[in-house]
Amino acid sequence: MAVKEFEKPILKEYTPIPELVEEATSHLAPFKSKEEFQKSLGYPGELVENWQEVALGKMGDLLKKYRSLRVYMDSCIQCGACTDKCHYYLGTKDPKNMPVGRQNLMRGVYRKHFTLPGKFFPKLVGAVDLTKEVLDDWYSYYHQCSQCRRCAVFCPIGIDTAEISMAAREIMDSVGVGQKYCNEIIGKANKIGNNLGLPKPALADTLEGLEEDVEEETGIDVKFPLDVKGADVLLITPSADFFAEPHVDGLIGYAKVFHEAGMSWTLSSYASEAANFGMFIGSYDNMRKLALRIRQAALDLGVKRIVFGECGHAWRVAYSFLNTLAGPFDFLDPRYPVPQHICEVTHDLINKNILKFDKSANDGKVITFHDSCNVARASGMGDVMGGQFSLPRDIIKATTNNFYDMDDDTIMEKTFCCGGGGGLLTDDLIELRMKGAQPRMEALKRVVEDHGVTHMAAICAICKSQFSKAFQYYGFELDQIISLHQLVGDALIMTKK
Amino acid sequence: MSFVTIFYGISFYVATLILFIGLGYRIYEYSIIPSPLKIPTPPAPKTKSGVAIRLFREVVFFESLFSATKWTWLFGWLFHFALLLAALRHLRYFTDPVWFWVSWEIVQAAGHYAAYIMIFGLIGLLARRIFVDRVRYISNPSDYLMLILIISIALTGLLMKWFHTDVYAVKMFFIGLMYFQWSELPSDFILLLHLSLVLLLMIIFPYSKLLHAPGLFFSPTRNQTDNARDQRHISDWAKKLESKK
Ligand code: SF4
Ligand code: SF4
Repeated sequence: MAVKEFEKPILKEYTPIPELVEEATSHLAPFKSKEEFQKSLGYPGELVENWQEVALGKMGDLLKKYRSLRVYMDSCIQCGACTDKCHYYLGTKDPKNMPVGRQNLMRGVYRKHFTLPGKFFPKLVGAVDLTKEVLDDWYSYYHQCSQCRRCAVFCPIGIDTAEISMAAREIMDSVGVGQKYCNEIIGKANKIGNNLGLPKPALADTLEGLEEDVEEETGIDVKFPLDVKGADVLLITPSADFFAEPHVDGLIGYAKVFHEAGMSWTLSSYASEAANFGMFIGSYDNMRKLALRIRQAALDLGVKRIVFGECGHAWRVAYSFLNTLAGPFDFLDPRYPVPQHICEVTHDLINKNILKFDKSANDGKVITFHDSCNVARASGMGDVMGGQFSLPRDIIKATTNNFYDMDDDTIMEKTFCCGGGGGLLTDDLIELRMKGAQPRMEALKRVVEDHGVTHMAAICAICKSQFSKAFQYYGFELDQIISLHQLVGDALIMTKK
Repeated sequence: MSFVTIFYGISFYVATLILFIGLGYRIYEYSIIPSPLKIPTPPAPKTKSGVAIRLFREVVFFESLFSATKWTWLFGWLFHFALLLAALRHLRYFTDPVWFWVSWEIVQAAGHYAAYIMIFGLIGLLARRIFVDRVRYISNPSDYLMLILIISIALTGLLMKWFHTDVYAVKMFFIGLMYFQWSELPSDFILLLHLSLVLLLMIIFPYSKLLHAPGLFFSPTRNQTDNARDQRHISDWAKKLESKK
């Protein structure tokens, strides 16, 4: 199906707060999941007959399971502080893309069915019935949220719209309305072990090819081990790292780090995916199932540590949830946090002087860094507060001579989403993705103009893929987005043969 | 006992019950619902005392709101601060003998001027609701009415400066309610209006967005420690999944 033409946003110096245009993107909604994929995740294949009843039942259930949802339904003051904080609102001008506008789609139903004032005075408090139109709105606008949590940082109560989007998606799945992109991918990861549906022989092949490439380029026999029992480190990385550009240069970077540090490591074909789309659809069950594959792989291979590659939401699941979902990890080496981020490993090796760099190798580049939302706002690194901001920057500064941050309001905890997170990295949402990228592109344009920045480094597979598209769309070059560990790999002085 | 006294006496008992039981029940509900996952937003403290400091700063300075929008912060903060001052001034109606610091001139005077600050802040918030298109879009009738209600409470309170009421009798009325030895409430119109509006506010508190007050303390993005890698954070319902296997 062809995607409709849409007007191309013009990049400004600063992102202005647009005047709202009602229903500007009500036509946008991702493809729905087919019956077979719904069923494989334990959801009905199509909209069930008594869907209202089921949906409200599920909502009541979630309100008892998630304090966040209940407290956030009750506590919004409708103060408007979040209204201009969402990149999708800034890019689309649709008021239902203002975080509170998005929340209110569910809050109206909550008030009607779960509160007294909503029952008795619906008009007064904006309470609405869960009609088919409301469900359609949910499907559309809860899939125009990348669960990036920028709104939550600014809200005086800390209301996290991502929690509400996740709950909405789970409710919709439970009545048979699932999103194709996410649910198909979870199916593949459950069956084969990764989102690309890449079976072991193909994976082994790819890794062999990488070994040859690196050998040819550097003359050094850097290994990309797969399913090696007894290795020290199990590397869990997004499957995009095996194939996609610029992801694969990141993977080469990790391999060089391990090689130079003399660490024994392995990938697993059973858990060949860091991404965990169970989070995007708000399903604890599915998230847990995927997380348990990692535990199983670690047990089967008898490793001592688990390290995650560059992936934003994967790192959120890893850092904030993995121990809870699939722990305890008492069978691993207690001297290391479980799991670790590849940046933590590299940073540590730099501090210990084990890795040395020739920064001039990166002299052709002027770098800026994109804080991926899930790393920036939903996880940490190292043992200092804000390590998720300082560690990647330390690494960049150790490997390059030219680094400039983007505007303060667009980095660290205030970073703008790439526009493709939260399970929206699909071509059926290309209009939303390009419009949502606008604030980030504007911030980038400024450092390009002011400091001659040539490349943006990122540590998230989704960001990298999304930027590859958005860069071309907004007149940058495709290859201006790079993996952070590409910088590491390119500047690393390899002393071991 | 006049009808007015009986009516307001009973109303205050009922409203107090609704307020405390309603609010208590909400807090109880919030406290028994688990947060199955760690979701603190940055800057996320690693320790409990860090969380306490964070919440203190949110409650006292509205730090997040400050970083979001200066105008809403200014109006909102002034209003809440003035509300606190006004509440302190009103303590003299409920304490006998009046706590010594409540009777200090500064507390009483501050409480008086607070009414003006409060009205200023509230009108600012109302203006935002009316004139900023984004805020207008999200506003329900209840959002306007809530502001108008509190403005009216402040105004009627102020008006009593000029339309005199026997405040000592009012005090005796409330002390009487507290110790179950009722005494007459003066039936001045402005006073009764002021009290009626306060009654309304007390009753709607547990059923309205005023729940943001307890809500902030139960907000997982703000009250959680960032220690998920060190400690499992498993909820009871999630534990059941583990035994299913
Ligand atoms: S900032 Fe928070 S309280 Fe204010 S409108 Fe947005 S979600 Fe509601
Ligand atoms: S979580 Fe991100 S995408 Fe979703 S409403 Fe908030 S700011 Fe927008």
